[in-house]
Amino acid sequence: MKHVLLLQPALCVDCKVCELVCSLEHYGKVSPIKSCINVESTPMKFAVPLTCLQCDKPACAIVCVTQALTKNSETGLVDYDADKCIGCKMCVSACPFGNISYDQETQAVIKCDTCNGAPKCVEFCPTGAISWVGEDMTTITRRQAMVGKFEQLFSMEAQL
Amino acid sequence: MNGWIGTVLRVDLATGDVKTEDLNRKWAEEYLGCRGLGVRYYVDEVSTGIDALSPENKLIFATGPMTGLVGTSTGRYEVVAKSPLTNTIAGSNSGGYFGPELKFAGFDMLILEGKAKKPVYLLIEDGKAELRSAEALWGLTVSETTNAIVAATAPKAKVACVGPAGEKLARIACIMNDKDRAAGRGGMGAVMGSKNLKAIAVVGRGGINVADKEKALAVAKEARATVKANPVSGEGLKALGTNVLVKVINAAGGMPTRNFRDSVFENADNISGEKMAENQLVKPKSCFGCNISCSRVTEVKTEKYKCYGEGPEYETTWSFGADCGVDNMDAVIKANSLCNELGMDTISLGATIACAIDLFQDEHLTREEVGFDLNFNDPDTVLKLVEMAGNKDGFGVRLSEGSYRLAESCGHAEYSMSVKKLEMPAYDPRAIQGIGLNYATSNNGAAHVRGYTIAPEVVGLPEKLDQFSIEDKDLWVKAFQDLTASFDAAGLCLFTTFAIGGKELADQLTANTGIQYTEADVMTIGERIHNLEKLYNMQVGFDVKDDQLPKRMYNSPVKAGPAKDYVSRVPEMLPAYYSRRGWNKKGMPQPEKLAELGLETLRFK
Repeated sequence: MKHVLLLQPALCVDCKVCELVCSLEHYGKVSPIKSCINVESTPMKFAVPLTCLQCDKPACAIVCVTQALTKNSETGLVDYDADKCIGCKMCVSACPFGNISYDQETQAVIKCDTCNGAPKCVEFCPTGAISWVGEDMTTITRRQAMVGKFEQLFSMEAQL
Repeated sequence: MNGWIGTVLRVDLATGDVKTEDLNRKWAEEYLGCRGLGVRYYVDEVSTGIDALSPENKLIFATGPMTGLVGTSTGRYEVVAKSPLTNTIAGSNSGGYFGPELKFAGFDMLILEGKAKKPVYLLIEDGKAELRSAEALWGLTVSETTNAIVAATAPKAKVACVGPAGEKLARIACIMNDKDRAAGRGGMGAVMGSKNLKAIAVVGRGGINVADKEKALAVAKEARATVKANPVSGEGLKALGTNVLVKVINAAGGMPTRNFRDSVFENADNISGEKMAENQLVKPKSCFGCNISCSRVTEVKTEKYKCYGEGPEYETTWSFGADCGVDNMDAVIKANSLCNELGMDTISLGATIACAIDLFQDEHLTREEVGFDLNFNDPDTVLKLVEMAGNKDGFGVRLSEGSYRLAESCGHAEYSMSVKKLEMPAYDPRAIQGIGLNYATSNNGAAHVRGYTIAPEVVGLPEKLDQFSIEDKDLWVKAFQDLTASFDAAGLCLFTTFAIGGKELADQLTANTGIQYTEADVMTIGERIHNLEKLYNMQVGFDVKDDQLPKRMYNSPVKAGPAKDYVSRVPEMLPAYYSRRGWNKKGMPQPEKLAELGLETLRFK
């Protein structure tokens, strides 16, 4: 089964270690600006990890005129070929989530490649806010959380 | 460089000159960063005899080689200056995101000199810096200031600033960063205010090089797993925050209550971490790079005490709670929130208010002087006093000077529960003997974060010691002080030391900096830093008589609880401690020790 990055904002504690290990893994230095994954937070301190969602109809790939970005139907990922990239940054404009950025230093796109199926962010995330799971688990996880709530509800009723 | 950036930013506030300098690599290797390197630079540049609130004092913001990297709780930085509260060297450590951002902006350290003619703030962005007018910000609270600067600069700007208390030179003013994190102790906010410097905003889009990427990731993963597996750093602190300690310390008979009149707080359960989790907790939160998540996002919905933010920590819960006899957690959280907005050290202010109530109760302070009556367990009066202190309004002027100056002005300095004029925090040294020795000998006054022997004496980490015994406490205090100094200097959080020690620190340093550090090296660095601070204080005029606790700790035995009838035995422990440090009977480092630490040729200005 295909695996995906499951992001669970409710678990995120805004430590940003995902940004650190991502940049270290891909660029050999710790530099959050170069991270493929970013944690954004609100004034109320709610934090959300955001990264490429590997869309099935990827806006970035649609606008890419050189096919540097393409959807890989086998892996489910949006692949990036730096050799084909001309640095036009249309993909940065097109991504509705802001999950692609451009690195001036390497003149290449910063976009999640899932570390070839072993994402470093998942390895270091202290709370499980980012996990690498089978595709169906994205919904199963939430359903199971709901089951837990029903259990609480009905066991309370039983006590009453 | 690897780990370090290799660059220092120097700003002359009087002229507006901004310079960048290469980091002194020899000192960096010997003192790492933060508290260590900051103090090394400071003593080299500033005369020991200066007034802490004069333009001659310098204010240093220092990161460590591990700050901002992948490791165990890497979000720390230190503010170093002479303290206007204690007159000692001060190093106030803080977390959040500000320290790492300074490195991403291209600097290990920021040295601020002189005094600006008018209120300014400093904007640091990717290797450049400029002073901007802060006249429109003067008088604003911490969150107002932070929001205004973020709006005027960049959405990702990280801001450290003072509130009204720092502007008005309150000696217990702190520097706040990222709104809710404090470089709390020793009045660093007053030093910043004395320079007419309202804030520092940092925007960093650079990176930090590491020597060995694979090794850095591997040692970080292992050490982080050790932190996570530990019952305190991995479970207790995540579940309940530092307020996990309320019940623990109270049960040990060591929670100072009503200005240390008592050592057990009868209503401690009402201000416990467990109660806070039920009533005010929104979610746990981490600082930068941390897998402990001890911070609490809290919300008080009660109209009178409405607030939203981070905290309070255990020491704050104690100072405004037990020490003031208050068991209303909503009010305690509100006091914390007000302190964060006005920019004041919660430990010193809560303890100073407790001292004022004590003085009033014993008729050494009058209604005419205060304007109203002071009683224990009167939360609304406590909140009124917090605002008065932060704004230096009426009787608040005297509170803003800290408990020692307040009690001294009443003719009863012995009512101040402080060492070197820094208020003792939330652990009674009569009930827990080793922490008393640490309070007495810590170089910035009575700080718990410079040798947290509570870990072995109460919590039982790395092994359980008898809290009532003085046996071997000299050994433990020295070891904890030195280890803490090296963790501080590296830029790692003290809380990781519940689980990891010198070896894990050395491994992380070696992998990231490329310089070989052993566990022994790390302990030597810590000892070097402690001795350097001690030498500075001696130059200022501190001596053996200053290494003592308030008389109440010796003369008034604990009245009830597990520690009933105990007094502190610091005077008995001191000779062994001095001897273990290689100091003479007067607490002065001896030539052999200084030579061993490479401090023998050091000269002060």
